[in-house]
Amino acid sequence: MKGALAILLRELRLALRTGGGAGQGLAFFIVFVLLVPFGSGPEPERLEAIGPGALWLAALLASLLSLDRLFHNDHEDGTLDILATSPMPLEGLVAIKGLAHWLTTGLPLIGLAPVLAIALYLPLEAFGTLALSLALGTPGLSFLGTIGGAVTVGLRRGGLLLSILVLPLFVPTLIFGARAVANAAAGQDPTPALLLLGGVTLFVLALAPFAAAAALKVNMR
Amino acid sequence: MSMRLSISDLGCSRSGRRVLNKVNLVAESGEVIALRGANGSGKTTLLRILAGLLPFSTGSVQFGKVDLGRDPDGFAENVAYAGHADAIKLQLTVEENLAFWAAVFDTNNLAAALSAFDLAAIADRPAHACSAGQKRRVGLARLALISSRRLWLLDEPTVSLDTTARGQLHAAIHEHCDNGGSVIVATHIPIDLPNVREKTLTPPSEAFAHHSPLRDPFLEDF
Repeated sequence: MKGALAILLRELRLALRTGGGAGQGLAFFIVFVLLVPFGSGPEPERLEAIGPGALWLAALLASLLSLDRLFHNDHEDGTLDILATSPMPLEGLVAIKGLAHWLTTGLPLIGLAPVLAIALYLPLEAFGTLALSLALGTPGLSFLGTIGGAVTVGLRRGGLLLSILVLPLFVPTLIFGARAVANAAAGQDPTPALLLLGGVTLFVLALAPFAAAAALKVNMR
Repeated sequence: MSMRLSISDLGCSRSGRRVLNKVNLVAESGEVIALRGANGSGKTTLLRILAGLLPFSTGSVQFGKVDLGRDPDGFAENVAYAGHADAIKLQLTVEENLAFWAAVFDTNNLAAALSAFDLAAIADRPAHACSAGQKRRVGLARLALISSRRLWLLDEPTVSLDTTARGQLHAAIHEHCDNGGSVIVATHIPIDLPNVREKTLTPPSEAFAHHSPLRDPFLEDF
């Protein structure tokens, strides 16, 4: 337990200190959302139509941004070798890494997204659903990312392969997340989409630590 | 309790190439084994196998009553590994780095580890501001943190250490052996301790290369 807390605190500390990736995803999210009106044209009807999708796409790509460093740095400086001989099981390590990634990239988006949604003319009644859908969906993105990060850990330029591997897995989360927000914006019931979104995330949370730990074991050889 | 490490006929193939061939080695408790051998003779491979980081293909390894093949987790509980990389984070200070490992391995002798390698004076220095030798000392201080682990596996620990730091390393090894631990150290420099035994690894000859190729399903039927 003490070890788990130490790893979590170290992850957060590394992400927040210089050279960490915490601000990167956030900045990307802001830039992406603010550029959408320039790309699509500023008409409110059009922005209303693409807003939910654009917000979710921005969140998805923002959490993809720092995934390639999730295990890569620890592998390179030998930390992963020592952690493998420590009392901490690799599955636990993966879960903590996923949690730390979500805390530094997913969690800030939940607070930030409703603010930026104003720029996309998202109706006020959908703001709650937007925050809720991100809270339900982004943990799944971070944990799916642990699988991608673990599979590509030994590769020198693993970022490209990681994107190709992980993006298809992100699709269900993107569909249900954007659908929930779009439904709420259109005055419909977002509950079914939210339930499916939560279901996908729970499935990923249960599966990812074991899948990623297995991939790490293979890659460390 | 006396713990003996016994390695018999240990072999390892990677991608169908033999990298370690029939290594036999016994280390009693309190003994230092100095692994010698040319580059590529399998010193690092042997240490990584013992640390549980690489699979082996033939032979067996036992430490006390624990068998590496049957109970890798139980075996790992006895092992402290220090590889080529120092496993430190450059953004964190020396003390933060060691405090992290102390928490992960659930020990509380941080002060002892800092003093064993004379790190107290630079405890609050960020690791990126440390010299190569200082970083190495931080990496080695991790061993002092987990000195309760009986089997130390050191891979070229003296790289970039000055004579004073080498002395500190020798002292740490000596103390570990006095407490009944064993040390296997791959190094090219002589070790000035009384209970050292040399073991020279020879590179496996290519004649063995095709004896037991690794089964690779992707290479079959093509």
